Amino acid sequence: MSVTEMRYVQAVAQALRDSLQADERVVLLGEDIAHAGGSFKATRGLLEAFGPERVRDTPISEATIVSAAVGAALGGLKPVVEIMFMDFVTLAMDALVNQAAKARFMFGGQGSVPLVLRTPHGGGLNAGPQHSQCLEAWLAHVPGLKVVVPSDPQDAYSLLRAAIADPDPVVFVEHKGLYARKGTVDTGVTASLGQARIVRPGRDLTLVSYGATVATCLQAANDLAGEGVEAEVIDLRSIQPWDRATVLDSLARTHRAVVVHEAVQAFGVGAEIVATLADEGFDDLDAPLLRVAAPFMPVPFATSLEQAYAVDAQAVIAAARKTLA
Amino acid sequence: MAPSEHLPATTDRLRSLYRTMTLVRQVEQALGRLFADGEVPGFIHLSIGQEAIAAGVASALQPQDTLATTHRGHGHVLARGMAVERFFKEIMGRDGGLCRGRGGSMHVADLSLGILGANGIVGAGIPIALGSALAHQVRRTGGVAVAYFGDGAMAEGVLHESLNLAALWKLPLLLVCENNGWSEFSPTARQFAARLQALAAAFDIGFERVDGNDALAVADAALAAGAALRAGHGPRVLECMTHRVRGHFEGDAQKYRDADELKAGAERDPLARARAALLQAGVAAADIDHDDTQAAACIDAAIAAARADALPSFEAAIADVYTAGEAA
Repeated sequence: MSVTEMRYVQAVAQALRDSLQADERVVLLGEDIAHAGGSFKATRGLLEAFGPERVRDTPISEATIVSAAVGAALGGLKPVVEIMFMDFVTLAMDALVNQAAKARFMFGGQGSVPLVLRTPHGGGLNAGPQHSQCLEAWLAHVPGLKVVVPSDPQDAYSLLRAAIADPDPVVFVEHKGLYARKGTVDTGVTASLGQARIVRPGRDLTLVSYGATVATCLQAANDLAGEGVEAEVIDLRSIQPWDRATVLDSLARTHRAVVVHEAVQAFGVGAEIVATLADEGFDDLDAPLLRVAAPFMPVPFATSLEQAYAVDAQAVIAAARKTLA
Repeated sequence: MAPSEHLPATTDRLRSLYRTMTLVRQVEQALGRLFADGEVPGFIHLSIGQEAIAAGVASALQPQDTLATTHRGHGHVLARGMAVERFFKEIMGRDGGLCRGRGGSMHVADLSLGILGANGIVGAGIPIALGSALAHQVRRTGGVAVAYFGDGAMAEGVLHESLNLAALWKLPLLLVCENNGWSEFSPTARQFAARLQALAAAFDIGFERVDGNDALAVADAALAAGAALRAGHGPRVLECMTHRVRGHFEGDAQKYRDADELKAGAERDPLARARAALLQAGVAAADIDHDDTQAAACIDAAIAAARADALPSFEAAIADVYTAGEAA
């Protein structure tokens, strides 16, 4: 156990290293993860430490490497696959949706599929329409998959350890824009999938988010505090399963909620959360439930366009004021 | 090689293959009747006429080996030893089915026998078997993984990706193509511009083509391939030329097929050929009939048990979407 200041991407690497060390069934698969150490260096040094049998460079064959991870998981390994950009999970959808997600159920509970698919989502890097998407809602819609989205280095470490230890397929969504962020990581801290965290307590309204927009919400909350408004900020950490109890409990105290995410708003995670709050928290509501999320368009390339597309603190503040009006 | 050219010592092997084939044939004939009578719901795809491949390949497998198969996979799982009663219970939608009535014909699986499932997606079992082969390699089990696929899957990208990856990593993966000439309702010649042999050669993968209606020839080829795989020589492709007697699915009237083609195929029937070879080798007709009768009795008992079995529990089904309890 150690407590160290490190970047988010280093926390991912540390979790992989510690998982490889702790469990000989863990193997890593992915494009350029071994010799090159990963496109974002999340697997740097692991080939040298654990050898080419357990840390494997794969060809550019997303469909087959994720399917192979399903077969390897059924065969007694715990594969962790890296998909270089979340946009590329589209190439592995059969493996995820028809195979990994359903095997346990479809085979009558005979076995489980303990695989983790790590992949970075998110914009802000001028990466354009095919290297910036946040597709987590697609996967959260599939019974049998779990979807985890850490927002800081500590969670990048603890939630990845939990995901690798989990018996079911977990999609572990990192954020390219968070990789360089620094934070304190205590490797002794454990996490449970499906448990949200209140990252800032407040009495006047609840901001619910996950991933990179947790920081956006904190920034908005700090600005709102200057106006005398105390916003509670909840980091979901996992969107499938998601922690209904923590969010409903917060709503019962604040009576107002805004859900914030980087992904497209339409048919998104926010829609699910808002619908649940409307159903189960109706009596607690003092204002309409709002969402702040991306417009219904592909992520654009040009800096000016991408800035206009992205969710920012001003949009969150505007929504908060609207619920308080 | 025709069965009659084998030494008499092979008679026992052929008899054993025949027993497997007659079980598979009669199970599928029963399924056809049950489907027509409305006792089997959904889609079923029969492998009648292709039983020699299932029996031959299975005869070359060892207990630690694994396999992934296709929508036309009844023969493969039965030849591997799947319990007939639990097989029928599954396909008839009962709680005692191997998959507790959640999968049906296209998803029969028995992980305890290394059967990683039939599959409803064409070609999808190939990379799953590849991953299982990776597990054999990493865990040093000494086992091999078999990927069964039809010629329709030759046009699927995952086959091409899997050939590449299996060759790169020298995985103990036996790719068994059941080439019956049909990709669902279209002749494969109209669907696939290459030949599997050339595809295997492109990846420097050992290839053999056999008469897929000759059970001993399939068994011999699978044994030889299995030995090479177990010696660490990397993947092998075995193309078994066969004939699909029934339609793509039960209820398919096959109006797109030529009567001469169907007739020529029927003349190559693997069971009739095995029976003739057994008679020629001196096995009494009554003994072969006894094999048929025994399989029939087993099937009748299985169907009766399936009819009497409880319907599946919805509560148990929804509880199995995720694994209960603590992380491992």
